[in-house]
Formats: sequence, C-alpha cells, structure tokens
Amino acid sequence: MNVLLDHLPAFRDGFLGTLAITAASAVIALVLGVLIAGFRVSPIPPLRAFGTAWVTLLRNTPLTLLFLIAMFVVPQVLFKGLSPFMLAMLALGFYTSSFVCEAVRSGINTVPLGQAEAARSLGMTFSQTLRLIVLPQATRTVLPPLSSIFIALTKNSAIAGAFSVTELFGFAKLLSDQGYAIAWIFLWVALAYLVITFAISGAFRLLERRMGVAR
Amino acid sequence: MSGASVLYDVPGPKAKVRNRVYTVLGGLAVLALIGFVVMRLNATGQFEPERWDIFNNAGVRTNIRNGLLTTLEVFAVAAVLSLVLGILLAVGRLSDHKPVRWLATGFIELFRAVPLLITIYVIWVLLLTNRDALGLSGDQPQFWALVIGLTVYNGSVQAEVLRAGIDSVPKGQREAAYALGMSKTQVMTTVLIPQAVRAMLPTIISQLVVTLKDTSLGYIITFEELLYTARLMSTNILVNGEDTYVPFIIVTGSIYVAMCLALSALANWIERRGRRAKTGIGVAAAGEPVTATDALETAPPADVPADAKD
Repeated sequence: MNVLLDHLPAFRDGFLGTLAITAASAVIALVLGVLIAGFRVSPIPPLRAFGTAWVTLLRNTPLTLLFLIAMFVVPQVLFKGLSPFMLAMLALGFYTSSFVCEAVRSGINTVPLGQAEAARSLGMTFSQTLRLIVLPQATRTVLPPLSSIFIALTKNSAIAGAFSVTELFGFAKLLSDQGYAIAWIFLWVALAYLVITFAISGAFRLLERRMGVAR
Repeated sequence: MSGASVLYDVPGPKAKVRNRVYTVLGGLAVLALIGFVVMRLNATGQFEPERWDIFNNAGVRTNIRNGLLTTLEVFAVAAVLSLVLGILLAVGRLSDHKPVRWLATGFIELFRAVPLLITIYVIWVLLLTNRDALGLSGDQPQFWALVIGLTVYNGSVQAEVLRAGIDSVPKGQREAAYALGMSKTQVMTTVLIPQAVRAMLPTIISQLVVTLKDTSLGYIITFEELLYTARLMSTNILVNGEDTYVPFIIVTGSIYVAMCLALSALANWIERRGRRAKTGIGVAAAGEPVTATDALETAPPADVPADAKD
C-alpha cells in the first residue's frame, strides 16, 4: 500500500502516459486501418497489392522488432529528431492498423450484397458506395472486434515503456529497480490496466447500443 | 475479394481508362514511397557491400543460428505448456465445483488483462531475487521468466478458445454420452475436448503464432533469443565506424515473418480441410488471434465467423 502512496506522482505520470500513447496510436491505427481497408477492396491493383503487403508484413512482425526499427533505424535513416513518444506512437499505430484493416474488411463483407448493388444501380462510384453506403453499415459489425483490438493495443503499449517512454511499465521498472516488493507493484499496475480496459470495453458497449438499430 | 467485386461495376470503356489512370497514379505513389525509403537507405550507406559482408562471417551466422534455436526452444516449451495449462483452465472454468470455477476464472481474467511484458518482467524479478533458492544459474532466470510468462498468458487465452470450442459442441453429444452412463471425466476427455480441439484448431494455431511473436519480448529482459542476439551484434559489429542495425533488422525481420507465415499457412490449411469435411461440427475461421486476446469479453470472441453476426 505504502509503495503506491509514496510514489503517487510517478504512478499518475505512468497512468497518463499509458492513456496518451494508447489514444494517440489508436487514432493513427483507426485512420490508417480504414484507409488501407479501402485500398484492399478498391478496383486499383497496385493499391490492393500495397494493402495486402502492408497487412501481411505488419501482422507477422513481432511488435518488439517494430519498436527496434522505430527507435534505432528510423532516426538514423529517415527522420531525425522525433521524440521517443512519437516513434513509439508510430510503431504501435502502424502495427495496430493492420488489425483494424482486417476487422474493417471483414465488416465490409458482412454488409448485405443488395446494399452495394442498389448503390451501384443508383450510379454511385466506388468511393461513394464505400463512404456513403457500405462503411456506415459496416461500423456496427466492426465495433466488437475493434474493442478487442484497442484493448490489445493498451496492453501492447507496455512495450513502449521498455523504450524510454513514460508509462506504467516504466513505473513498475522504476520502483522495482529501487528495491520495492514486486508483487505489490504488479497488483497496482494490473489494477490500472484493468481500469483502462474496462473503460474501453464499456465505451464500446455504449457505442454498440447507440448504433444497434434494427435493420 | 475475388474477381468481380460487388463494390464497383464491371468497368466500361470510360471507367477502364479512368481505372488505368488511377492504376498508374497509385502505382507511382507506392513506388515513390518505396523509392524514398530505398533512397534514404542508400544515402546513409546501408547498401554498401561491406555492411552486408558481415553475414559471410561464420561467427555471425553461428550466433544467428543459436539465437534462432533459442527462440524456437522457448516457443516449443511455452507452446506445449500453454496448451496443457489451457486445457486445465478450460476444464476448471467449466467445473461443477464453485471454488474451482472461481479460481480458474480469476486466473484467466487476471493474466489476460495484464500486459504480457509486465507479467514476464515481474516473474523475471521474482526469479532473479530467489535465484539461489531455486538453483537457477546463468540465463536460466530469463529463460524461465519468458516461458512461464508466455505460458500463463497464452494458457489463459487458449483456455477461452477451448471453452468456446466446448460450448460449440452440440448439446446432444453431451446428453448422449451421459445417457450411455459415462462419468463426467469420461464425457469431458473422450467426447467434448476432442471435438472442441478439432473445431478450434485454426484459432489455437493462430494463437500459437502470437506466442511465437511474443518470444521476442525476451529482448526486453535481456534474454539472448534471436532479436536480442541481433541487436547485440548490430551494436558490437561496426562497419566504417557505424553500427549495423539495418542489415541485422532486415535479416531477423525476414526470419520472423517467414516463421509466422508458415504457421499461419498451416492454420489456414487446416481450416480449409475442415470446411471440406461434411461430418462433425464446423471448424472456426483461422486468423484474428487478436480478438482472442480481449481481456474482458466473456462471450467466445474468435469463434463467431464474421458473417454469422449479421
């Protein structure tokens, strides 16, 4: 108990850090994921190939390796002077975007055929069909897997802590290096993660109920 | 997406021209992106032959091989243990005895909710502080921390997968078995679990891919598996006074991707084979292992085919 009370500021920083990096990379993952799902169903072969390559490559690479690339190769080769937070955000966002893309794509496949056919017979173009007809209806089926993806993202953000981003794993490491009993730290950190994951699944359940219109 | 998509018409003459223009533009954009990365790699001298010559060194190759073998060793031990634990936890969660059920549920929910890295780290610290009492030496604390961490986390996920599989076995199977006079244990081991494993095999293997990817967390607790070995060599071997991150990351990355793709291909193959078979209950879709890592969804997540939800 005392472990936490004595280090409340550090714990708060870690908690907020986890929240910040999760939220930031969730935004990146969502935008990129929807975009690349669009690529994967588009009539343009190079974009389809790019989408497929993106998903295959990122889904099969260990996240730790992506972090290594982001932290050591990107500053050396591509862009200098990005902060660790930005780099970690990019690594997490890119990794998660491949999972979001697959969820969105399978959501697109669940929209009844008649919807897209009706849109086409009204003379809508591909992007109109996707934007105005299919994606809004796919949202409802995409929400449950998206909730699991964001929970996984929250947990994956712990790896950022090992690469000098302030968050909960960093907090646990700091206290354990100072020689506090690891079991108590573990319980507190676990509790903090539970709070975040419960919040995410609660928010999504609320969204699902809002969107759950009878078809 | 095969052949004619429902999302767009079969292109007419005008659309064909337009699509061709977009194809060229899209192709150019993708090429430009790749070209930019290659150019930057080239500009920072990553393609110089000396940088890649390091792989001709027998020591480097031996190190990579040893790292790879260590990774595979951790994966093999953790995979077997997590499957055993998964079966135990799934059976425990479906037990008729309340304390057993609560214990299994608590265990599963706790370890699914906590990031794997933190579990591994905590076990590592625990093992390190008690290394003398436990008689561990050398890198054994790291090895066992990684194995135990992977086991408890993936065991919990596999338990949920198996439970979903057991729930998907038609009720008549269980009732028929009880009617034949089988005991609870017999029903579980000879009727329910075999069918559940068969139905869930693609999902189980997809989760094994996750296990394989997560062995790379050993990097963070300084365990000398493939990734850590590569990182160590890339800072130690200098070419023209610079480190060799890029060659090593490209090589180890390809090894990881190849291993994971091979395992995923196995899952897909089993799924397709299972779909062809007309007997027994349906085989779950492969892939989407991420849905199985959900911390809180108590409903079976990965077993619902995407089109069944609608």
